[in-house]
Amino acid sequence: MSEKKKKKISRRKFLVRGGLGTVGVLAVGAYVFRNPIRRGVLNMANSMELSYLGNTDNPMIWFEIEANNSFVLHSPKVEMGQGTFTSLAQIAADELDISFDKIKVVHAATATGNIDGMSTGGSTSVSGLWQPLRELAATMREMLKLEAAKKMEVDVSELNTKDGVFSVNEKSLSYAQVAQGVTNWEIPETPALKKIEEYKFIGQPLARVDLMDKVFGAPIFGMDAELPNMLYGAVVRPTKIGAIFKSADTTKAENMPGVVSVVQEDDFVGVVANSLVAAENAKQAIEVEWETPVSLQTEDIIELMTVGNGKSTIIQKEGRALKDEQGVVELEFRSPIGAHAQIEPNGVVASVEDNKATIIISTQVIGITRKEVAARLGLEEEHVNVIPTYLGGGFGRRLHTPHAVQAAVMSKAVGKPVKYFFTRKEEFQHDLFRPPTHHKLRGKLNDQGLLENLEHHFVSGDVGNNSALIPGILPTIIGADVGAIRGGFIQYSKVPNYRSVYWHVQLPFATSWWRSLGLLANTFAIESFMDEMAIKAGKNPVEFRLAHIQDDEAGRRLSNVIEAAANKAGYTDEVVDGRAMGIAASTDANTPCAQVAEVSIEEGNIKIHKVTVAMDPGIAVNPDQVKAQCEGCVNMGISAALHEQMFVENGELRPVIYGPYKMALMRHAPKEIEVVLLQGTDKPGAVGEPPLGPIGAAVANAVFKLTGKRLTTLPLSLS
Amino acid sequence: MEISLHINGVSQVIEIEDDNTPLLWVIRDVLNLKGTKFGCGKAACGACTIHIDGEAVRSCSFAVKFALGKKITTIEGLGDRDRPHPVQQAWIEEVVPQCGYCQPGFMMLTAALLDKSPNPTDEDIDKNIINVCRCGTYYRIRKAIHRAAEIAAETQDLTAK
Repeated sequence: MSEKKKKKISRRKFLVRGGLGTVGVLAVGAYVFRNPIRRGVLNMANSMELSYLGNTDNPMIWFEIEANNSFVLHSPKVEMGQGTFTSLAQIAADELDISFDKIKVVHAATATGNIDGMSTGGSTSVSGLWQPLRELAATMREMLKLEAAKKMEVDVSELNTKDGVFSVNEKSLSYAQVAQGVTNWEIPETPALKKIEEYKFIGQPLARVDLMDKVFGAPIFGMDAELPNMLYGAVVRPTKIGAIFKSADTTKAENMPGVVSVVQEDDFVGVVANSLVAAENAKQAIEVEWETPVSLQTEDIIELMTVGNGKSTIIQKEGRALKDEQGVVELEFRSPIGAHAQIEPNGVVASVEDNKATIIISTQVIGITRKEVAARLGLEEEHVNVIPTYLGGGFGRRLHTPHAVQAAVMSKAVGKPVKYFFTRKEEFQHDLFRPPTHHKLRGKLNDQGLLENLEHHFVSGDVGNNSALIPGILPTIIGADVGAIRGGFIQYSKVPNYRSVYWHVQLPFATSWWRSLGLLANTFAIESFMDEMAIKAGKNPVEFRLAHIQDDEAGRRLSNVIEAAANKAGYTDEVVDGRAMGIAASTDANTPCAQVAEVSIEEGNIKIHKVTVAMDPGIAVNPDQVKAQCEGCVNMGISAALHEQMFVENGELRPVIYGPYKMALMRHAPKEIEVVLLQGTDKPGAVGEPPLGPIGAAVANAVFKLTGKRLTTLPLSLS
Repeated sequence: MEISLHINGVSQVIEIEDDNTPLLWVIRDVLNLKGTKFGCGKAACGACTIHIDGEAVRSCSFAVKFALGKKITTIEGLGDRDRPHPVQQAWIEEVVPQCGYCQPGFMMLTAALLDKSPNPTDEDIDKNIINVCRCGTYYRIRKAIHRAAEIAAETQDLTAK
């Protein structure tokens, strides 16, 4: 029995809409170029906690009740490993008054009406749905209760509710029995929510809802999708940066075995064939003429990516600026081009027929994918059904889905479904990379060994500037890239004079969202410099940090995680048995996180033995999965900070395969990761990205104690 | 051409165009077993790891012709929900997967390791478990490998009694 009938509900909205939309509204208008306002907006963007911007008015498009009295929750947020589905099930079950194992979470196809117009990203899924989902579930429960009272001919107040069953005296009805036959639902005002202490599932370390599917190899990913009579597509891509398509000779490809059609558009050439191998072979046989600009090298990118190039925006300013004066300490830092390298390639199955399109895809932008396909094919958005799947890793890579458009165009051309995915070489060469960065840190101590000045100048390529998620005008208004600045602010605001200045440089290749955005590189630079200054001041790095943190709510939470990490790790400045500890801390999207890395040097290489994490995400809906995100971020951060690097060689981005693109493997991962969770607020906050901040600096700070050498370039290397 | 494959305990006769086709695509697209994953196509990431006569093999770079007459095992044949393999049981207990895409490859690689080294040391693990996990689940994978060794030993004890 399906209860998905749409119903117009007129009553108050579930939540006040905020987030980026408000930022835009605030910034446009009279204040546009007033720098203090601009800085205020940027500060908001840095600590952004986005509310959910989808449909929160109608419980009926979120929940289905099945005949066996279990619930299906149609999630507008995708599951890419971050554990969102599990947390959402816990939240919904508690307010629905059903058992956690009676709720199944699925991805909402756009045809259900539950469309996420933004994205799954920015560590906002659980925090953004915390309020609306509880209200939706509570409303659904009360709607059922009203019907139950009618069916059982009792007053609503007499009904007891437990585990999906209403009871009064000796009589009982399950939710499913109540829902049967109801066509005209009465919608109550949003009921009062339970108290946090009353929740049975929220706050429990329950097993992931997708655990069994993932352990037994169920076909749940985009790559596993198929449609009847499906053909295979491939799209020709250049290997050189900046190559512009001129013309293609497709004669040879057209006559190859298995080829159904060669599809030539203004912006791409694709081939459709009856097998994967045939499509790939035909693609290779297409002779394309590219117009290729200058042939770049890595050194050209480094030269370009240097503070002082491009345009600057002061994103934070207090007190006076440092001049060329006595006692200034200056250090420069660099981070390289980083690839997403998610293991499931980007892929899609598209079927276009009779002016309707079905798109099955691993995507983080369901609504945008629908919009782009509809626009290219000239279809009504309502006639494009995007069916999201589980993602074999997201990390921001799937916030761009032009391949959905290409597959749809190819499907329309051949009149059959087309499956198309990237080769690994294409993944590496046509990634939307984490941009390289360069940072200049300057500081000055006073007589007491405390910071009098602290300045962070940094340059980064685009992160959010070219994304469909960011209104085109926004970068101009705010003067900075909302992604690149993440983590670039000075969090030590007790320093009397501080500033942070963002420099923008346009890179010749595409860069964009990479898990945690600017946080990884910015924190590496600032937190390495803090240790350097602590040492110059002759102070313990933990106490030195604490001495510069403001005594306000954000400051107290930051101080608490620093102390918790130091205490748990038994932080010491001493080198014990060849092992040293390094500490670093950052705040991302209002979640502070501190990490202590225990490091030695083995055969000339940095060896990380243990990482202790303390994080305050507010309420941990599922503490085990919050810990899993911390563990994962530590390892992904180690991979990015100690191993990974893309190069530009003769105009090509390289390497194009795992192995040569060095990543952390089992032998590089710390054998111990200990996570301490604090709860400094009464709601859930960001989890999936904040723990990526501190690890690079924590390791570099430990290495300094072992070697006396300040490592200033990622990936960290002793040679 | 028609070939016969022995996969997950069953012999199957299938039709393929070219016996140089990587085994991965025969498993996924002809036999419709989607648990074995495509990651790179160059035997560099291990997402496609299966067993051939008990040995871990990266099936994306292994021509189907070399599998003829041999026993192929994929994640679907390792165990099922009613009778999970000790490795799968350990993966469940330690809640290892995040995105989960690479995990069948890791479980197959681990099962092959335990076959040779029933009680692997951390060094054995470092040396042998060389697949790529982008979510960074290595910490739980290591715990799960040790746990799987325990479960396998317990099961064996029970069988022996």
